[in-house]
Parts: sequence; structure tokens; C-alpha cells
Amino acid sequence: MGKITFVEHDGSQHIVDIEEGKSLMQTAIDNSVPGIDADCGGSCACGTCHVFLTPRWITSIGAASEEEALMLDMTPEKSDVSRLSCQVQTSMAMDGMVVRLPEFQM
Amino acid sequence: MSIKATLLKQSTLALEKTVSVVPIHVQIRGAHLLQKAKQKVFNKKEFPSFVETEIPDVTTLALQDIDVSNPFLFKQKRWESYFKRLRDERPVHYQKRSPFGPFWSVTRYEDIMFVDKHHELFSAEPIIMLGDRPSGLHADTFIAMDPPKHDVQRRAVQGVVAPQNLKEMEGLIRSRAEDVLDNLPIDEPFDWVERVSVELTARMLATLFDFPYEQRRKLADWSDIIGGNVELTGGDVVTDTAFTAAAEAGKAFSALWHEKAAKKAAGETMGFDLISMLLANEETKDMINRPMEFLGNLSLLIVGGNDTTRNSMTGGVYALSQFPDEFIKLKCNPELIPNMVSEIIRWQTPLAYMRRVAKEDVELNGQIIRKGDKVVMWYASGNRDERVIDQPDQFLIDRKNARNHLSFGFGVHRCMGNRLAEMQLRILWEELLKRFDNIQVLGEPEYVQSNFVKGYTKMMVQLTAKE
Repeated sequence: MGKITFVEHDGSQHIVDIEEGKSLMQTAIDNSVPGIDADCGGSCACGTCHVFLTPRWITSIGAASEEEALMLDMTPEKSDVSRLSCQVQTSMAMDGMVVRLPEFQM
Repeated sequence: MSIKATLLKQSTLALEKTVSVVPIHVQIRGAHLLQKAKQKVFNKKEFPSFVETEIPDVTTLALQDIDVSNPFLFKQKRWESYFKRLRDERPVHYQKRSPFGPFWSVTRYEDIMFVDKHHELFSAEPIIMLGDRPSGLHADTFIAMDPPKHDVQRRAVQGVVAPQNLKEMEGLIRSRAEDVLDNLPIDEPFDWVERVSVELTARMLATLFDFPYEQRRKLADWSDIIGGNVELTGGDVVTDTAFTAAAEAGKAFSALWHEKAAKKAAGETMGFDLISMLLANEETKDMINRPMEFLGNLSLLIVGGNDTTRNSMTGGVYALSQFPDEFIKLKCNPELIPNMVSEIIRWQTPLAYMRRVAKEDVELNGQIIRKGDKVVMWYASGNRDERVIDQPDQFLIDRKNARNHLSFGFGVHRCMGNRLAEMQLRILWEELLKRFDNIQVLGEPEYVQSNFVKGYTKMMVQLTAKE
């Protein structure tokens, strides 16, 4: 079974199982990973499920869409490897992926 | 050229075109005089004041006669039944003849989310209140701008309320809250709105703007005047007063701007207050030369940071008085405070709606909204939508998914100060629980006259100290 590792801002790690097709946001919430608010419940409308991937994963699963980028613009911590985790569908191909969480959601 | 033609020409050249050497307050006074002269020449009537009459039971009305723009709907506690009927029977509802002109009401959670997300279909311009801006006082603010102009202006100022900055400010906010609470009377009645809600929000705004601290209540007064304008929200402030306040605010903030600009020119270290941030940003460092934009954006942050938090501070106390078991739950489980803060913001919904204008014909829940129509997203209704929220009329401090409320809006215009608001409310409740065993609400609070601000003008309470 595939695993994803969420790393909190303070370095705490949470290794969770991939459930194919579930969003990265829902995967974190369902596994009680702290640091994701998801205020809009996964509608790409609030920007509070912000995560950092790595350049390698951004290349393979793609960067934020235009709509998502507008939401990401609201957070001062946005970077080139930022995504909204509600907009990333997990798959077994993501086995080993490391997802870093920002200090704050905004 | 006739007098009429001259006046018309002058008014089209109004404030936006005025050279920047004329001080803002002088420009506003000029616009005000021009406006009065126009009214006289064209025999134009002033926007009429609202006179309160009893609002009928909604079951006695035909659907097309339901008018939720009535500024007494919250005051008379009719809003819940009115919006429930609309949600159930005509979730996207057209009112043809309101005092603010025809408008659509969007009342269900999912439909509101749709409108809020689709800024390409629904424009936030020219203003987000139901009514129109008084002529001559067309201040521009990014809450009422569409992308991409909106994005640039918002980005310039959002750092002031970003969590990193808030972390720096938390200590100061807490000590100011402690000071207010330590000086409240025990075992005797006082007005919670005046002594706590207004005072704390005014202190907060003075901090954000680095505004002269002893003059902080002016910020609250200006906010009340802008938000209470009769033409915009059906409030009890006539437009003449709005012009006077705008001139006064313009003068004070220009002085503050020039003071900060001088500091910057002298190479001094700049603070993290709002004007310093505007001055530091390439896109906004000359905003003082665009007076209506300058005044508009400052007004936005004053109103945005004022009525909202103020009425949530009062609303939370009122909610707990209505649901006393929740107060017991809170005292036994103070770790529920952050969740309760979200629930207060949902239950109160201090700003009842945001308005949009359709940019093209859009079908929504069976209705065809035409290009150019006003569309009002009633957050106050969506936050009580039984289809999405379990037992929506109940105030439950341990509600699951309490963060999923609509009060901050969604999409590109989502409330910029949401984290600040949550922090202020969290600190208030942490400090209250340390000091007081009970906050008894004495009688019914008094309500704001407005279709926009869902708030309180007075609420008498009595505190019992913690043993």
C-alpha cells in the first residue's frame, strides 16, 4: 500500500496510507493531520488547505490551475511548490511523496 | 454654457480627476457642495429616510412581496422566518420594487458558494452593499474591484493581517483586552457594546493603522457612519453626515500618510501598520495621489475590522445567554474556545450579505438572472441552511465543521482579516473565562438599523466575578 508523509511546520511527521482518488486534503483530515483548515470543505474557494510539495512532484502532478492560483495568492507563504491540497487527487503513484505544511493557513 | 450643463460637466470631472495638490478633505467638501447644488438645480430629492413599521408575518405574504432589504428585518427578528421561506420556496428570489431598486436574493449555502466563486460571472463592482453609493462620494475599494486590479491592491495590504504579523501583535492585543476587562464593573449593570465590543475593536484598529491612540473612537464613529448610510444599507445616517465624516477621515489619514512618508524619506525604520505597508509597495506607494482609492481602501479596512468583530463580541455573549447549557459546556471545556469562535461567527453572521452584479445571463437554481441584475448573496441565510448545516438555528460550541460557515465569504474576496478576527475573539474569551463566572444579559439587546450590518447598539449585562 502507498504512503504519503505530511511534515508539520515544527517538523513532526505523519505517515498515512493513500486511498486512491481521495484528495490530499481529505487524506490529511481523515488521518487527523493538524495544520489544514479546509474552511470551504474542498471547493477551491478559501485557500486554507495550502501545502508545499517538492519540485519533482509539481513536475509530475502539475502546478496549480489559474483558479487555484488566485486562492493561493491570498497567502503570503505561497511558493513555486504551493498547491491547495483539496485540488490534488491522490494515487498510488504518489507513494513516498512528502508534503510539507505551512506555519499558518490564511 | 447653462448652469445645468456646467454643473454636469463639473460633476463628471469630480474627485477622481482632481489634481493631487488639493487636500482630500477639501475635495470632498467641494464634491458635497456640488452635490447639493445639483440637487437644487435638478430638483432632485434626497434619498428618503426609513420609518420603522411592523414587519408582517412572512406566511401572510405572496412570494413576490417578500422584501428582505427592509433595514428593520434583523431588529424585529423576522429575518429567520423570512429567509427560511425563501430557502424553501424560492431560493433564488427576485424582488422588483425595493427602495434600493430590483435585486435577486440568493439564500441557499450551495448557491451562495457558486456566486461567490464565480467572479467572472458576478462582478463585485461598483459596490458590495445593496444600495448605490451616494453621488459624488464614489470611493474605490478592492472589495468592490474585480481581478486583476483587485489582486494587486489586496496583495499590497494583506500582510498587515497575515498570521506572521498577528503573532507579533498577539501580546499587545491581549494586554489591551486585559486592561479593558480588568476595569469592568462587577455585580452592576453596564452596556457591553459600549464598554467592551466598541472599545476593543477601536483599540485594535488604532494598532493596525498606528492611528493616534487617544483618538481611536473616531475610527469606530467613521465606521458607523459609512456602514449606516441610508442609501447603501438603509441605516439611519443621512448622506450629508457621510460627506462630513469622509472629509474628516480623509484629512486625518492624509496627515498620517504624510507623516509616514516623511519617515520613509528620512530613511527611518518603517512599522508594520497599514499605511507603512502601502508606502512600501511599488503598486500602492502613490495611492495618496488617487484620493478616492486611498479613502476607499482605508474605509474598507475600518468598516471591515470594526462592525464585524464588534458584533461578534456582543453576539457571542448574547448567544451563550440564549443557550445557557453551552456556557456550562464552555466553562468545563475551555479548549473549545477556537471552535466556539467559528460558531459565533456563523451564528451571528455580522455582515448579512455581499452584493454582486451579473456580467452575463446566468441560470441559477431554475431562475434566469439577466446581465446587469443585482445579486445579493445572503450569508446570514446560507449559514442557517438546513440542507448543509445540521440544526442550523442552534448555537453549539462543539459543532462539527464549524469552520465551514459563509460569514467570511469565499473566493477571491474572502475576508482578509479573518485570522485577526478569530484571534481577537479567542483572546477575549480566554480572558473572560479567567475572570468571570457568569455574564448575565439583562433584557433584550438593541439592534442596528441596517440590511447589511447584523449587529447591536446596546446590550446591558451584569458580571459575576470568578471565585
